[in-house]
This record gives sequence, structure tokens and C-alpha cells, in this order.
Amino acid sequence: MKVLMLGWELPPHNSGGLGVACYQLCKALSEKGADIEFVLPYTADHDIDFMRINAAHPQDVESVMKAGIAYDSFKYIKKTGEIEWVDLFGQSAIYEKAVERIVELAEFDVIHAHDWLTCRAALRAKELSGKPLIVHIHSVEADRAGKEHGGNPVVREIESLAMLIADRVIAVSEHTKRAIVREYDIPADKIDVVHNSISEDMLVPNHGANAYKYLEAMRQQGYRVVASVGRLTIQKGLPNLLRAFEHVVDRNPKTLLLFVGSGDQYYELLELSAELGLSKNVVFADFQRGKNYRDAYSVADLFVMPSVSEPFGLTPLEAIGYGTPTLISKQSGVSEIITNCLKVDYWDINEMANQITAVVQNDVLRDELHANSLKEYKKLSWGKAADQLFDVYNRHTQKVIA
Amino acid sequence: MKAIVLYLHVHQPFRIGHYTIFDAGVRHNYFDSGYDGPANNERIARKVAEKSYIPTNRKLLELLNTHPEFKLSMSITGTVLDQLEAWSPATLRSFQELTATGRVEIVAETYHHSLAFFYSQAEFEAQVTMHREKIQKLFGQTPKVFRNTELSYNNDLAYWADKAGYKGILAEGWDPVLDWRSPNYVYRPSHTENIRLLMKNYKLSDDIAFRFGDRDWAEWPLTADKFTHWLNNTEHATNFNLFMDYETFGEHQWSESGIFDFLHHLPEQWLKTEGNTFMTVSEVIDAFEPVDQVDTPNTTTWADTERDLSAWLGNPMQQQAIQALYGLQTQVMESGDLALINDWRKLTTSDHFYYMCTKWFSDGDIHAYFSPYKTPYEAYMNFMNAWHDLKFRLGEKDISI
Repeated sequence: MKVLMLGWELPPHNSGGLGVACYQLCKALSEKGADIEFVLPYTADHDIDFMRINAAHPQDVESVMKAGIAYDSFKYIKKTGEIEWVDLFGQSAIYEKAVERIVELAEFDVIHAHDWLTCRAALRAKELSGKPLIVHIHSVEADRAGKEHGGNPVVREIESLAMLIADRVIAVSEHTKRAIVREYDIPADKIDVVHNSISEDMLVPNHGANAYKYLEAMRQQGYRVVASVGRLTIQKGLPNLLRAFEHVVDRNPKTLLLFVGSGDQYYELLELSAELGLSKNVVFADFQRGKNYRDAYSVADLFVMPSVSEPFGLTPLEAIGYGTPTLISKQSGVSEIITNCLKVDYWDINEMANQITAVVQNDVLRDELHANSLKEYKKLSWGKAADQLFDVYNRHTQKVIA
Repeated sequence: MKAIVLYLHVHQPFRIGHYTIFDAGVRHNYFDSGYDGPANNERIARKVAEKSYIPTNRKLLELLNTHPEFKLSMSITGTVLDQLEAWSPATLRSFQELTATGRVEIVAETYHHSLAFFYSQAEFEAQVTMHREKIQKLFGQTPKVFRNTELSYNNDLAYWADKAGYKGILAEGWDPVLDWRSPNYVYRPSHTENIRLLMKNYKLSDDIAFRFGDRDWAEWPLTADKFTHWLNNTEHATNFNLFMDYETFGEHQWSESGIFDFLHHLPEQWLKTEGNTFMTVSEVIDAFEPVDQVDTPNTTTWADTERDLSAWLGNPMQQQAIQALYGLQTQVMESGDLALINDWRKLTTSDHFYYMCTKWFSDGDIHAYFSPYKTPYEAYMNFMNAWHDLKFRLGEKDISI
């Protein structure tokens, strides 16, 4: 099975879960015999041997650098030495042009595209090659906007068109499948749910002292740490977490909240925490990678993901892997596959406060939650997702003989 | 002569409603929750009464009236009696009509269906006394045979019951304890003088209680004819101890499964054969001499494949919760505050700890047990928050912990 895989990022040059999911999925697929040509919109070195990685950029461009952390601009370095900055929409259009050229040269049975940024290119690839197109939805615009029927209309248009024309749509959760039906009227029976997963080799063993020395010291003094890792953006529901945390601190002054991440809500959250009188209890650590990122999980007594709408949500699984129990919003895909965690509606501030309080004042609950969630975690693998995708590939590539 | 010893257990706990840390110190009605909520005790009591207690009692009364040899035993906890008095007096009367026939024997236990025996001898005895007095008041009889919560049993309990003057005690007929022996006889517990031990025939009991409605079971459908045929073909036996939850009839096995028809035909099929009869737990102890003594150093129960207390006390949350609860006992009693004591006692009910069990939940099988909560963690949080409130109430009375 030869797959033309269109993606937007791969680790370590990723800004979030999309890159991790693509990487793990391709790895599991290739272990089951898939021959993958992965097309990225930028130039970078990846230590990956299980598939070919192709940077899609125009012929006169020497390299494309990914800048910043999130869905930011791209820096084009032309062969002439000229430098040009391109925004997300421009980048998506250039990617489409570049994929056109790759389609002419590459041999493949199926096109598998991840999220809206690759959609225009995917549609073009289908048009040129006539091969079946699988659109894999890791999030829809309404999720990212944190609001039903919300978001950028141009993005919505692209998503809608791609899913309409695709031969098959893959959603990362039932939650996402419902969103696709709700937002775009795509028939439910055109959509397969393939849950993301995690594999133990995704986790890097912890070495040495925890990077959050201050928080460790405070824990020695009886403080308990609640952590949230992710982009500081409306989708993640963080103002609700801060408001819940106010009640937690009322009860248990020895509680700290650690935010790891950055985003457009950074200053809003800073101001809100001050407004609520929580400045001494809330710590903002900004965007982190590597050990600083991993240690945020392990320094915490509880990991919270209060997202307004989370298509999947890989971070709670990472938290469990690094030794921390989780509280997640019911509006998340990951809540469909983990039972041993605390769950709360993203808007239910009182209940969020109640559950956080229960954990920070009770180590037995914390440890029991974690021990049982770890058992579930250990049963997860990407193999099942790969099997499901192979089924989809086979259904759309084998011609029925009339 | 062979006797069926049918013993049914009736119980409902006072479930804790959604009770948060922000409720602690503010409101003390842990056992109240919205009528439509999953933990509403009144709604559940009415539902179980309608689906199980009322139709079962009607059927049993009919059988008692039709077959003079039909007899049974039952235990009924103080907590369910409180609920029926408050919310379904007609159901309570239907139980009283059964005992009024003189052929229904009530078995002794703790009022609150608690595990007090394993945590506090004083509280255990207090709850047994409370239960005895409640039974005397409502049913006019004094229980002579004892069963402990969840059929938990060991040598110490038998020793206690013997000293307390009970003529018999009930336990699970668990293979590692019985070894090569059969549960279908009367036994004597080790280290006791007068008391007799009746052990549940779990295979026959579970055929009715668990497997009856299971269409994948090789013996489905189970008829009274087939069942009594098995019993008649069992050569070495004096008594078949069929012990099960009352809610088997109509609640665990729905009416549609045919469970009431089975019950209807059981006496008539069984009594067809000469020498077959029914006995209450006291009668079977009077009728047969013990064939051997049974030594049970480790606690057994009638639950799970392990037949131990691990469903209630197996994980650290359960252990912490119960230790925290009994840790307040002395102060709660000293307070002399009846409302406080009563709330504390309602929290001793074993069901609260059962809801915190994670052993099935960890496999992701959340439907494997009955619980009004979505997760064992929710059960634990509600319980501990109620505990915090008890502590707060003691603090208000200047009682230090």
C-alpha cells in the first residue's frame, strides 16, 4: 500500500498534538507494511527512517523555515538568498502548488491528508491523480474557535469542501465526528472514528532532578501542584480553570497552578489570575520543549485539561505516562477512551473546583487514580488505529469486479 | 428427608447525593439529592418496591397460603425498613403479612448493613441490638440465627455469635473452606459449643440469582421442574441452602425473564416428591445434627470470584475512607447528638465502600457493578466530603479530633 501522506508538521518541529499524532500513526502504519511518502510544508531534519519525508516548496526556494510556536508565519529563503515571510493562508496555497509537482513524480494508491491546512493540496492531488482521498480530521474550525458554528469562514469553507469531496473522512473521536456532522452536514456514515493513542516509546524517561525546582520545594512544604499543558487559547477553556482554582485556593491555600504553554490568551490569563487574587498561586512557564515540558507533568499532583472542545487531547495521556492523574473535560475525545480519570463539564466551575480540591487534599485519591489510569494507558497502542486505517485504504483501493 | 432452605436478603443503603467540599460545613443532608438524580434514595426505594418487593411478596404470600409446607427465611436491614416506613408503608405491610403467617423467619444482622464487626466491636453490638429491637417492634419476633453483612464470616464471628446466644449462623459455602465436603448439610463452626453453621450452596443459588435470565447459559431456560430434578438427583444431602438477594426477583432478574413463574412453580414441583419439604433456618438446625466442624480462619463473603472483602476494602481509597470514618466514632458518640450519630451510622453501610471499588472499573467495564455514581472516584469524593462535614459538626461542638 503506497500512501501519499499530506501533513503540516512532525516532531520535533511541532507545535502541538497534530505532529505527534501524524508521526505515531505513520510509524504504526509502516510497521504494518505501508509505504509512506510524507509531504511537509517546510525544510527540516527529521530522524525518521520508516517513511520518506518530502519538503513541499517552490523550485526557486532553497528552504522553508518554520518560525515561532503555533500556527505562525513561515520564512522562505530563496535560492537567490532573498528572504520572504509567508502567512498561513499563503503557505497553504504554496503547499498546494508544490504538492502538484510531487503528485506528478510520486507513485501512490491513496491520498491521506491531515487537517484543513493540507486540504487544498489534497483536493488538487485527487483531481490530478484520480486516487481516493482520505481526509483525517484532528480538529475542526469550531473546536479551535471554542464556539459552535464559529471560526474563520474561509477555513470553514475549505474544511467543508474537502470533507464533501473526500472519499472517506476520519475523525479522531466520536466528539469530533459529532462536530463534523453538526458543523458541515457531512453524513455520519461517511465518517470513521479512529481514536488517537499513545505508545510508551513516545515518552522520554525522566533523568535527573525535576526542572521545576521551586515547585518541588513547595511540594516538600506540603503544597500540591495542579498543571495545565497546552496552548493558551480560547479552545482550552483556561479562564474557567482559573475561576475554579480561586475556590480551590480558598479551601487549600497551599495549592499551586502551573501553566505550560503560550498563546493569544496569555495576557488575559495573567490579568485574570491577578484580578482573582491568585498571583501567588499561579505560575506561568511559557512554551516549553524537552525536559522542561516533560517535567511539568511529573511535578504535578493533578493534570487538568478543561477544554471547551477538544477533538482528542493527547496531553492527559502524556500526563498519565509521566506519573500524574488527570481531570479532563467531558467535551474531549480522550474522555472516550480513558475511564480512570476525573471528568467534568468545561463550564461547571464549581464541580471542577470540587474535584481539584478532592485530589489536592487527598494523596490516596491521587495515587489510586493514577495507578488505575496507568493500567489503562499501558493497554493503549497505535496498532489498532493503523489496522482501522488499513481497512479504510483497502475498501477504497480495491476495485469491485462487476 | 430433604429440605430447601430459602433465605432472602433485603437491603437498601442511604446513598450519598452529589456532595462537594463546598457543601461541607454548609449543609448536612448528604443523603438527599434531586428526585431524578441517580442517587435519590426515595426514587430508588419506590422503584425497587414496585419492581421487586411488592410482586415478590404477593407471590410469596400466595405460595404460603397454597402450600402449608412452604417456608422461608429473610433478613431485612434497618436502613431499608426506615426507607419503607417513610416512603412505602404498603410495602412494609406486605412484609408484615408474610411474617404473620408464622412461617417466615427473620435473620439477625447489623441495622446499618455495616462492616462494624471488623472495625469496632462496640458499634457492631450496638447495631445488632438496634436491628433486633426494630424487628421485634415491626414483626413481633426475635431473630435466633445471625448473618453478617455480605455474608462475611470467620471463626471469630462464629465465636461471638455463639456467645451471644444465636443458634445458627450463615456463611458462603466456599470450596476452599468446605474442601471435599458438601454445603448440603448442617455444620458446626470450629471453637464453638452450641451454634450451627449453614453454608450457602452457591452453585444452585447462583443458578437462580445470576444465571436465570442468561440466554447464553447452557441450562437456559431454567424451569422449576428442571431445578427440582437436580435437587432430587443429589443423593447426599439433607438441606439445600438457597441464599440470595431479595432483589433477585424482579430487579436483578426482570419479571420478563420468567423468574416469578419459576418461583410460583418451585414449591409445587419440589413437594411432589415424598420426603421433600421447606424449612426455615432455625428449623433445619433443629432437624439435623451437624455432620462435621468447619474451620474458617480467613474471612469469607458471598461476593465475587474471590469471596473475600476486597470489593469493599481492597483499595487504599476504601481503606482510608473506612478508617477515617471509624476514627470519628468515639467523638461522634460522645457528642450525644442523635442526628450526628445517625448520619455517622448511615455512613457505616458497606455499600458506600463498594461504590469505591476499582477492580472492575480498571478494566473499563463500568457496568459490572451496581452503583449510582459514574466512577469509584466520585463515590470516594462524596463520601470524604461528607466525612469532612461530620468533622466540622464535631468542631462546632468543641469536640477535638
